[in-house]
Amino acid sequence: MARTQTSSSKLKKKMPIKKASSNKPKKLVAKNQKKKPINKKSVFGGLASDQLRHMHQLMVKSRVLEERLIKIYKAGGAYFWIGAPGEEGFGVPLGLLVDKGNGPTHDYLHLHYRGTPTLVAMGMPMIDSIRLIMNRATDRCTGGRNFSNHYCFPEWNVAPVSSPIEVQYIMALGTARVQKRRSKKSLTIVTGGDAGSAEGDFASCLIWASRPKEELPLLITVQNNRWGISTNYGSQHGEESVADRGKAFGIRTCVINGNDPVESYIKLGEEMDYIRKNRRPVLLEAHVSRLYGHSSASGANPVDELDPVREFEQKLLRAGVLKSNQVQELWKEFDEEARAAHELAKSEAAPEAESIWDHFYVNGENGDWRKF
Amino acid sequence: MANMAQAIRMALHYGEEKLGVQDVFGQDVGAPLGGVFTATQGLETAWNTPLDERGIIGTAMGIAMTGERCVAEIQFCDYIFNTIDLLKIAGNTNWVSHGNYPMPFVLMTPVGAGIRGSVYHSHSFDSWASRLPGWKVVMPSNPVDAYGLLLSAIEDGNPVLYLKPKALLRVKGEELLPGEPSSEKELKAMIDAPLGDRTKWRAKWPKIEDFRVPIGVGKITREGSDLTIVTCGRDVLFCNEAADQLKEEGHSVEVIDLRSIYPYDWQLIKASIEKTRKVLFVNEDTEVTNFGEHLSYRATKELFYQLDAAPEVLAGKNLPGIGLHPNLEEASVPQTRDILESAKRLLSERP
Repeated sequence: MARTQTSSSKLKKKMPIKKASSNKPKKLVAKNQKKKPINKKSVFGGLASDQLRHMHQLMVKSRVLEERLIKIYKAGGAYFWIGAPGEEGFGVPLGLLVDKGNGPTHDYLHLHYRGTPTLVAMGMPMIDSIRLIMNRATDRCTGGRNFSNHYCFPEWNVAPVSSPIEVQYIMALGTARVQKRRSKKSLTIVTGGDAGSAEGDFASCLIWASRPKEELPLLITVQNNRWGISTNYGSQHGEESVADRGKAFGIRTCVINGNDPVESYIKLGEEMDYIRKNRRPVLLEAHVSRLYGHSSASGANPVDELDPVREFEQKLLRAGVLKSNQVQELWKEFDEEARAAHELAKSEAAPEAESIWDHFYVNGENGDWRKF
Repeated sequence: MANMAQAIRMALHYGEEKLGVQDVFGQDVGAPLGGVFTATQGLETAWNTPLDERGIIGTAMGIAMTGERCVAEIQFCDYIFNTIDLLKIAGNTNWVSHGNYPMPFVLMTPVGAGIRGSVYHSHSFDSWASRLPGWKVVMPSNPVDAYGLLLSAIEDGNPVLYLKPKALLRVKGEELLPGEPSSEKELKAMIDAPLGDRTKWRAKWPKIEDFRVPIGVGKITREGSDLTIVTCGRDVLFCNEAADQLKEEGHSVEVIDLRSIYPYDWQLIKASIEKTRKVLFVNEDTEVTNFGEHLSYRATKELFYQLDAAPEVLAGKNLPGIGLHPNLEEASVPQTRDILESAKRLLSERP
């Protein structure tokens, strides 16, 4: 079972950072360095300039937040970092398309530990993510109990992220089942990585989502970064595309360039509309980058892969949708916001030792056998 | 009187009719079979799943996340072991999410030996279950408790593991459930599916009533003053039998049916040991790191100076399986004769 890895010097020595460029499809790593004029309609899919700027803004915000989390870890302010730099081109559009709210008439999200871009796009304040990685008593996701990016927001139907990276695929079946009988439009979104798709729970998800006459309104995504910690996708998977596995179950499938936020936004929108209307599942594979390695266990240092935020930014600059001074100002503003949130979290209390008994059972019922 | 399978069926019907249960599911749980022990026959909300224990428990967790109540089943506890990480997550989700995501669902599974079930239909899960913090774990020993515990489990806000002693599922009770017809024949005609074609059959449910057995509350099934025996599930019947036999020999033995393995009724156990000054813990799970050992430790730690004999644990032999032949099965898990032997040894001890 693949899991998040905790930090240790031993692990760091064993797992040098690998450059992924040789293992990625050429179209994903080819950098757009030639300054050709941009055809707005074809490159940006007809999206309005305001939409493009908004998407870029959220991608930058997510990146700045993740880089702040890494800084916090490297400065000794956190025990572990894992996150999503490189997935902004997929995660932000996904977050923008979610029907946000509480209960089965809104969308459910069963994310894995690379969900920051999606949650930033949904409106998560930076401070929530920083309190989580710093294990503050104010961490409203876990009360200081879990790793970074292990989010949980019940008011938006965001289920708790857990380190075993396959279990979300089967929990999603339950929320989707309830939605099927209680809503005509809401859906469940479940995300995971290419390495995690080797787990049996991924196959379970495909089987249960496509039971005859009981198909589920489920968006099953695989963010394929071609790595499982240090193990290359091509060395373990014979299937060219993870999405192909859906075909055996009659599940509609789709493969997209998740590094392109415009393509992600349009394709995700189409597939989510299909699910909302037809109440049937879709398996969508998005090819994405992994810019700082798996986690802090492998150093959390920059890796030479396509950067979807900078790539999109350059396109917007060349098309005149953004101006360079706006861009500089944007990065600066978010950096200041992250810095201020970090300072605030630093000033806040750590969880009390006695809080270990909180929420053992619901309603404050204590599970300590010594007190029975 | 209803047997335990019928009592469970009626509790599930009460759950779907009055307590908001919309899904009772697992392998062969829906029509036409209604469960391999018939405990889910005739239910409106029962449905069949793929042969996939992880999918069953994952689905139950997802349903619970929406706030709906469901009851899932793993066909035999012998097949629950590939879900152990899911059981861990179900137990820790409310805790790790800082109270944001309670996980209220019931997971039923038949446990224990006694039906000549061989290596993969005879396991116990009691001690494994006791090491799943965040869960409540119950095991009835009679139809009335099976009914009352299941209603409490459905309404509980936490995950509840409902262990069904498979050897007792066909055993009739000694008292009627509230609302149960007094005629067994009448009850059978109403809620037991017929043999053969069942496509047009519908259960006719009696007007059963609300009745709860609180989780965490044990019950004294035999009162006595010379020795306490603490047990649960099928072993309650063996221990009662042993106590009755010992009574004829002039010994006064108290038997406690735990009903809840966790949280357990320590105050009931403690009060009994303080009275009898000797205690024997009996259950079927394997003896090394058995939950009876935990209770024995606690009795020793808290009641050391009130004991007239060292507490004893009589549990399943520490074997990798339970052999099919009766000679093998009966040598593997406690029988009445074993309980009598341990009880007599304890009764004969003098401080």
